Amino acid sequence: MKHTKNKLGETILAYLVLIVLSFLCLFFFYILLVNATRSHADLQKGFSWLPGNYFLENLKNVANDGSFPMFKGILNSLIVSSCSAALCTYFSALTAYGLYAYQFKLKKVAFTFIMAILVMPTQVTAMGFLRLMTNIGLYDSLLPLIIPSIASPAVFYFMYSYLESSLPLSLVEAARIDGSGEFMTFNRIVLPIMKPAVAVQAIFTFVGSWNNYFVPALIIQSKDKMTVPILIATLRGADYMNFDMGKIYMMITVAIVPIIIVYLLLSKYIIAGITLGGVKE
Amino acid sequence: MNKKKQYHLSYAKWGYIFILPFFVTYFIFSLIPLVDTVRYSFFEYYRSGIKEVGPNFIGLENYAELLKSDMIGYAGNTLILWIIGFVPQIVIALLLANWFTDVRLKIRGKQFFKIIIYLPNLIMASAFAMLFFALFSTNGPINSILMSIGLTDTPIDFMGTTFGTRSLIGLMNFLMWFGNTTIMLMAAIMGISPDIFEAAELDGCGSFRRFFSITLPLIRPILAYTLITSIIGGLQMFDVPQILTNGQGNPDRTSMTLIMFLNSHLKSRNYGMAGALSVYLFIVSGILCFFVYRMTNGSNKGASRKTRKGGHKA
Repeated sequence: MKHTKNKLGETILAYLVLIVLSFLCLFFFYILLVNATRSHADLQKGFSWLPGNYFLENLKNVANDGSFPMFKGILNSLIVSSCSAALCTYFSALTAYGLYAYQFKLKKVAFTFIMAILVMPTQVTAMGFLRLMTNIGLYDSLLPLIIPSIASPAVFYFMYSYLESSLPLSLVEAARIDGSGEFMTFNRIVLPIMKPAVAVQAIFTFVGSWNNYFVPALIIQSKDKMTVPILIATLRGADYMNFDMGKIYMMITVAIVPIIIVYLLLSKYIIAGITLGGVKE
Repeated sequence: MNKKKQYHLSYAKWGYIFILPFFVTYFIFSLIPLVDTVRYSFFEYYRSGIKEVGPNFIGLENYAELLKSDMIGYAGNTLILWIIGFVPQIVIALLLANWFTDVRLKIRGKQFFKIIIYLPNLIMASAFAMLFFALFSTNGPINSILMSIGLTDTPIDFMGTTFGTRSLIGLMNFLMWFGNTTIMLMAAIMGISPDIFEAAELDGCGSFRRFFSITLPLIRPILAYTLITSIIGGLQMFDVPQILTNGQGNPDRTSMTLIMFLNSHLKSRNYGMAGALSVYLFIVSGILCFFVYRMTNGSNKGASRKTRKGGHKA
């Protein structure tokens, strides 16, 4: 009897902690959404738990603001993130397949090399990267934000683990006997098998690229090429006190709400995908 | 045997072709920049106004000068900020992972809670920091709420004190990462054989004992992995403090991190110093990478052995 009581107590405690944490996670976004629907004058009066009716007005103000081209920024971010996700997943899968399915002299060396740089921060090469991009004329262009994603060690490792667990080499062999070329085998047979892994990594790469601030802040200079995080940073650097606060909340809202919507739609796959790439015991 | 060898030889070139794009990209966009970074760390090379000074070779002077500068202080800030975020994160994550995986508790809505606690991880860190800046400013909604419920009479200047700023950064890092860690640790605990827990229960082992004597020792490898990757993440801390303090590390540079320091050198085209600082960071990350390599590689060997076995069966 005492045992059951103990468990009941622990269950209640668990729910309490979970509710407090969930509240913490959602509270700030709730205030954000409420404040994005209120006018500047309204916001000055103090906080209100209920939303106002200024949502469209604030959205219009954000859309028409020439000094913070938020929607152009979203477009740039969309281009960079989609291209990065596509390139990163395709080439990571290709590299993983190359190292998994073929035997060649440098195989071990190549694999060890990628594993050694698995978690190397990009920031340590940022200085040389910035100089190189300036020298080859790619400074202030979106390309340096996209192309390097072809070489993503962590995504490669994920793809490699996935291949190990789900691609029997006999299938490749069978395709060869049927006269399929090596590239065709990869595109027509291996890639479809890897679809779940590609989908998960495409989401994570997209989000990572969408949120990336350090490298774009170094490379991008002109206003019409800025991605969303740089615009947010410029907003912070501007003379903040003279701003329409409703507009500021709306800008933050348009920066993060697209990702939240995508997340809520795909949450099942995302949650399942987090641990797939993790270390196996 | 002979036939097999022939087949290996004839297809080897495709292996090289398939991995070529990765290595070419890595060579151009990471290795050349790395070599360039290391090279200029030995040069006097900066811009003052529109005049460019250098590059003149000065040996290790940049390194020595950095040691005399505030770099050590910034390294300390980075460490403190990381600890403020990491300690509650790992404690809460362990607690939640333990509860979520305990079949005796029967917690409902696990999926729902998982979705909510993972949500902040996907939020743009810079926008999140901007949001906190707006919410916690002296005339922001948090102060308005605190005053309306009578907790304080005058607005609190959260970002005016070292403690306040650091706590806010720690809180943000905690919120952004505890869900992710919880889910990682859950997977680790679910990897433990249920027999062990059953046997413990038969022996009358309580929740407390069970956690400290069984769960914790058995998930040690994943805990170590979480710790190391979190340190690497902490070393790269940039977006949150940069946006919250507008790159100043206020108050009095107590929330200035190493990458913010690097960023300010890069922005002012101070290449020599930026190079030396990068090399310091490279050495530290290299050591941490080595630990991760040891961990992932050890498990990888096991995994490939398993696959090979499966291959035989097939």
